[in-house]
Amino acid sequence: MTMNLVTVSGPPSSGKTSIILKTIEAIKNRGLSVGVVKFDCLYTDDDILYEKAGVPIKKGLSGSLCPDHFFVSNIEEVVDWGKSQNLDLLITESAGLCNRCSPYIKGITAVCVIDNLSGINTPKKIGPMLKTADIIVITKGDIVSQAEREVFASRVNSVNPQALIIMVNGLTGQGAFELSTLFYEEERSIETVKGKELRFPMPSALCSYCLGETRIGEKYQMGNIKKINMGDEND
Amino acid sequence: MIRVHELEKQKIRDIENKYPFVLSFFENNKLDIKDYQENTLEEYFDSFAQEDIEEWAIDIPKLKSGLAAFINQMLEFLGLEKDRVDYITIIAGKDKYGNRENFDELVVRKGEIVSIVGPTGSGKSRLLADIEWAANKDTPTDRIILINGEIPDKNIRFSTSNKLVAQLSQNMNFIMDLSVREFLELHAKSRMVDNEAEVIRKIIDAANELAGEKFDLDTPVTRLSGGQSRALMIADTAILSASPIVLIDEIENAGIDRKRALNLLVNEDKIVLMATHDPSLALMATKRIVIRNGGVYKVINTGKEEKMILVELEKMDRIINDMRSKLREGQILESI
Repeated sequence: MTMNLVTVSGPPSSGKTSIILKTIEAIKNRGLSVGVVKFDCLYTDDDILYEKAGVPIKKGLSGSLCPDHFFVSNIEEVVDWGKSQNLDLLITESAGLCNRCSPYIKGITAVCVIDNLSGINTPKKIGPMLKTADIIVITKGDIVSQAEREVFASRVNSVNPQALIIMVNGLTGQGAFELSTLFYEEERSIETVKGKELRFPMPSALCSYCLGETRIGEKYQMGNIKKINMGDEND
Repeated sequence: MIRVHELEKQKIRDIENKYPFVLSFFENNKLDIKDYQENTLEEYFDSFAQEDIEEWAIDIPKLKSGLAAFINQMLEFLGLEKDRVDYITIIAGKDKYGNRENFDELVVRKGEIVSIVGPTGSGKSRLLADIEWAANKDTPTDRIILINGEIPDKNIRFSTSNKLVAQLSQNMNFIMDLSVREFLELHAKSRMVDNEAEVIRKIIDAANELAGEKFDLDTPVTRLSGGQSRALMIADTAILSASPIVLIDEIENAGIDRKRALNLLVNEDKIVLMATHDPSLALMATKRIVIRNGGVYKVINTGKEEKMILVELEKMDRIINDMRSKLREGQILESI
């Protein structure tokens, strides 16, 4: 018994859960069983939405840890859970909270969800989460002008020309069927993620504030510390 | 086809000269190449310190292959014929109960308007999605879409610069905080048009022909009225969007000359599909598709009698529009 794994990530409120739910509807019509593991930081009630849709769901809150570090240290067990549920397809959903990290794994389909409302400079601001994705889903196209959709899509394309870019409407589900055709292929099945590698290293951060320091001032700062250049020029 | 290893050996200056559009790739990927004009691409990427690579999350192999892919896409796009879609053919599939649709095939030519009617949830979006995706018996309806009589290349499904369908709907807004001029410049740049100033002039003139109230290039887009926004969106889509098919989801009858708006699209050789239940719009179409239970239930040709009704409807529209202008000017309305 093997299953497909797809990692979905994207900025908060970009429409990840809606897109995944609509896509699952289309996948279920193919007779495949799908489950979701939702990663978040402090709070999520998206698990209720998945439960309502009859989708097996696990959630993990990273709490005081960096959410993407939390993701990597749990993904192996998450995959084991998916297999214990006899899933054909396991989708992980995680928010890219700092625009720097990405939970993508080499050899595992990586999907980034990003919305038209976030502004045309957003593609520049998002790092590996957008730039190393295989599939980029652009949402909320129904509320901006055609010109803005075209400009936004061309900017996304210029930062990741190799990705498949697809517009999906999370409310009506337009485009979700098309997306679903990219989520499952028998030959992409995996046994485990043990030994696989992240596509891009996560930022290293180990300073006194990581360890619970709350006081402000140079003498409390230890470890990996970086200072803004306060000279005349900006970085 | 440009390959990465060929590209790497070329000087940045030469790459820029040969492919001027790479500037947007460098800019959007925050690659500052101005001091490396005389260096090869390989030397430029080799100049990155390991610290910077980590600090700014720079993925060099990905950037190199991305640049090659980007150049190839743009060359392909620039080589495309502008009027590449003369007609589309919709070949019947099935409705959601598995019943065959009530037509065999439907051809829509450029410059033609087809209206789509049917209750909410009846399958209008699915029909549109089938067209946009160039369905080939691989969507829930089993429809086939042909372009110029042939099954199109699958790449069309994911192309950003070469999308088949542009959409205009009631809920659309401008969200950028720019003047009309800046907005159009941005769009023109992303479309890589050569005669930018001329195109922008053409769009603003066309938009003002459609709008009840005139506006100029210095007006912020977010300050346009509903009618002006729609006029600008339609003129921009007609003139600057590369998509040969335009889908319209209703056009509200306020502050915009809808007949002219449709004529503009038709004159720009678009294929116009319009979801509407407004009789004066629906009857402007040559055909209307009736959707029921996820499938096409009927295709009706707009006959002579309906065209006569359209003349009456247009008269009524004109009366209402005149009254609207009079109200705006502070006049007292008189009975008809």
